[in-house]
Amino acid sequence: MKEVVIISGKGGTGKTSFAASFAYLEKENAVIADCDVDAANMHLLLEADFRYQEDFYSGEIAVIDEENCINCGECKEVCRFDAIHVIDDQHRVDPISCEGCWYCSRVCPVEAIDMKTQKVGDFYLSMTKAQSEMVHAKLGFAAENSGKLVAKVKNEAKKLTLANKKEFLIVDGSPGVGCPVISSLSGADLALLVTEATVSGLHDLKRVYKLVKSFNIEAACIINKYDLNIDVTKEIEAFLEEEDITLITKIAYDETFAKALSQAKTIIEYGDSSLKTEIEKSWQYIKNILRS
Amino acid sequence: MKITIASGKGGTGKTTISTNLSSYLAKEADVVLADLDVEEPNSKLFIEGNLIFEKACDKMVPQWKKEECTLCGNCEEVCRFNAVIKVGDEILVFPELCHSCYACSELCPTESLPMMPQKIGELKHFKTENLDFVEGRLDIGEEQAVPLISQVIEYIDEKFSQDTIKLFDAPPGTSCPVIEASRGSDFVILVTESTPFGLNDLKLAVETMRVLCQKFGVVINRHGIGDNGVEEYCNAEGIPIIAKIPNDRRVAELYSKGELIYPKIQEFETALKQIAQFVGGVK
Repeated sequence: MKEVVIISGKGGTGKTSFAASFAYLEKENAVIADCDVDAANMHLLLEADFRYQEDFYSGEIAVIDEENCINCGECKEVCRFDAIHVIDDQHRVDPISCEGCWYCSRVCPVEAIDMKTQKVGDFYLSMTKAQSEMVHAKLGFAAENSGKLVAKVKNEAKKLTLANKKEFLIVDGSPGVGCPVISSLSGADLALLVTEATVSGLHDLKRVYKLVKSFNIEAACIINKYDLNIDVTKEIEAFLEEEDITLITKIAYDETFAKALSQAKTIIEYGDSSLKTEIEKSWQYIKNILRS
Repeated sequence: MKITIASGKGGTGKTTISTNLSSYLAKEADVVLADLDVEEPNSKLFIEGNLIFEKACDKMVPQWKKEECTLCGNCEEVCRFNAVIKVGDEILVFPELCHSCYACSELCPTESLPMMPQKIGELKHFKTENLDFVEGRLDIGEEQAVPLISQVIEYIDEKFSQDTIKLFDAPPGTSCPVIEASRGSDFVILVTESTPFGLNDLKLAVETMRVLCQKFGVVINRHGIGDNGVEEYCNAEGIPIIAKIPNDRRVAELYSKGELIYPKIQEFETALKQIAQFVGGVK
C-alpha cells in the first residue's frame, strides 16, 4: 500500500478537485480519506453514500451538579480557560471554553463536578460513484479535537486499504500547518503540495513544506493557476528546484474547476479537455513516484 | 467595534476582503487589522508598513525539576493530554501536547513541575500611513493555534480604544481556532463562493456561528462562477447577503501580485462600500 497526502497550506488552491479526480481515475484500486474534517467536501464530488455512521467521542467537559455545589469558587479559581462563570449565584461551565483538563473536578471539595465524554463529530464509511471505498467525517459545530478525528479517519482508512489489499490510499488534507495537518501527514509516503501562482500560495507553500520536511516525507508539487502570475510561478519553480521537490505539472487558471464542481462532477467526468489530459498524466506521474 | 472575517472553506477571499476593507475604512476611521490565521498568515503580503513592535509569544508548559521529585506519578495521572509521562526514574514532558491547564504543576506535592514559558510563535505590529496591522505567526511544528490567537486578541484589546474598528482575518474551518477568532466579535462576515463546496462549508460556518450566538452576514465572492445554491440558501434561511463580488480574473491577477484590489477595480470598491455601510449599521 502506498499513501499520498494532498495538502497546500493555503486553502482554495484546488486540493479537493485534484484528489477527487485522482480517486475517480483509480476507481476501486484506491481508498479515499477526507481528512479536512472541519470543512469536508470530497463526498460532494464522489457521491459518497454514507452507508456506515459512527458517533465520534473525544475529550470531556466539566458538568457541575448544582444540587451539591456549595459555590465555594475553587473550580473557577483553578480554571485557566475562563470556562467557569457565576450566573444567577451559581457556578456554571461554558462548554465551548472547557478544555476537559479535569482540574476543577479534582479540586472540588464536595465532588460536585463530573467529567462527561463529548460527542465531537460523526465518522463515516462510504462507497463512492467511482466504486472506491471512502473514509470521512464531520466535526461537530464549534467542536474541538479535529486532530484526533483526523487521526481516526487516517487510521481506519489505512486499515481498510491494507485489509482489502488496495494499492493506493489517497488522502485529502486540510489547510494550515497546525494539528489537523500534522495528524493527516503522519506515515505518508508522499506529500503532494498543491499551490497556486500567487504571493500567498508561495508563502504558504514554503511554510507547509517546512513541516513536511521535518517529517522526512518526500514531496511533489502541482502549481495551479500558473498563468495568473508568471513571475511568482518562476519563484515557485526556483524554490522547488532548490528543495529538490518534484514538479508534477503546471495547470493554467481554468474556470472548468468551478463549472465541473457545480454539476457535482470531477474534471475527469466533465468531458474532454486539456485539463482532463493534464490531470490524467499527473496521476500517472504520481503513481510512478509512489511505486518507485 | 470588532468584526471577524471568516469562511469555513479556505481560499474564498477572507484575506482579500480583510486587507481591502481595512485599507478602505482607514481612509476615514481608526482601523486595526489583525491576521489571526496564524498557521498561514498572508495579510502582510498585501500591506506595506513599518514594524513598530514585535514580541515572541509563549505558552506555559511544565518543566521537570528532579531534585525534590519523589516520582509519585501524580502528574502523569492528572494530565488528560498525555503530555506528562513517568518513564523509569524520569518525568518526560511533551510540550506540544500540553494544554497549559496547570494541573500537574499545581497538584505536584513537591512543586517539581514549575510552569515555564515556551515560544510558540510571534506577534508583529506594523503601521502604515493610516492603518495599524498586527500579525500572529505560529512556529512550524506547533500544533495549537488557539493560545497564539488569544494573545494577539489580548494585545489588540490593550492597545486600541473602543472606538477603533478592529478587523480580524480568521483562519479557515469551523474548529477551535475559528471559534477563538470569532467569539468576542460584534459581527462576523462569512465569505463564501457560489459553488457547492462554498455552500457546504458556509452551512457549517453558519451552524457554528449559531452555536456561538454570533451575529453574521454573508459576502459572496466570485459571484457567477458556479451556481445559485448559496443565494438560495441564504434567502431561505433569512441570512443577509451583504455584498456580491463579481467573478473577475483581474481580481485574481492583482491578488497574485499582493496588490490591493479596490483602487483598480470599480465593482470591488462598490462591494466594499456595501460591506462598510452594512457593518456600520450593526450595533
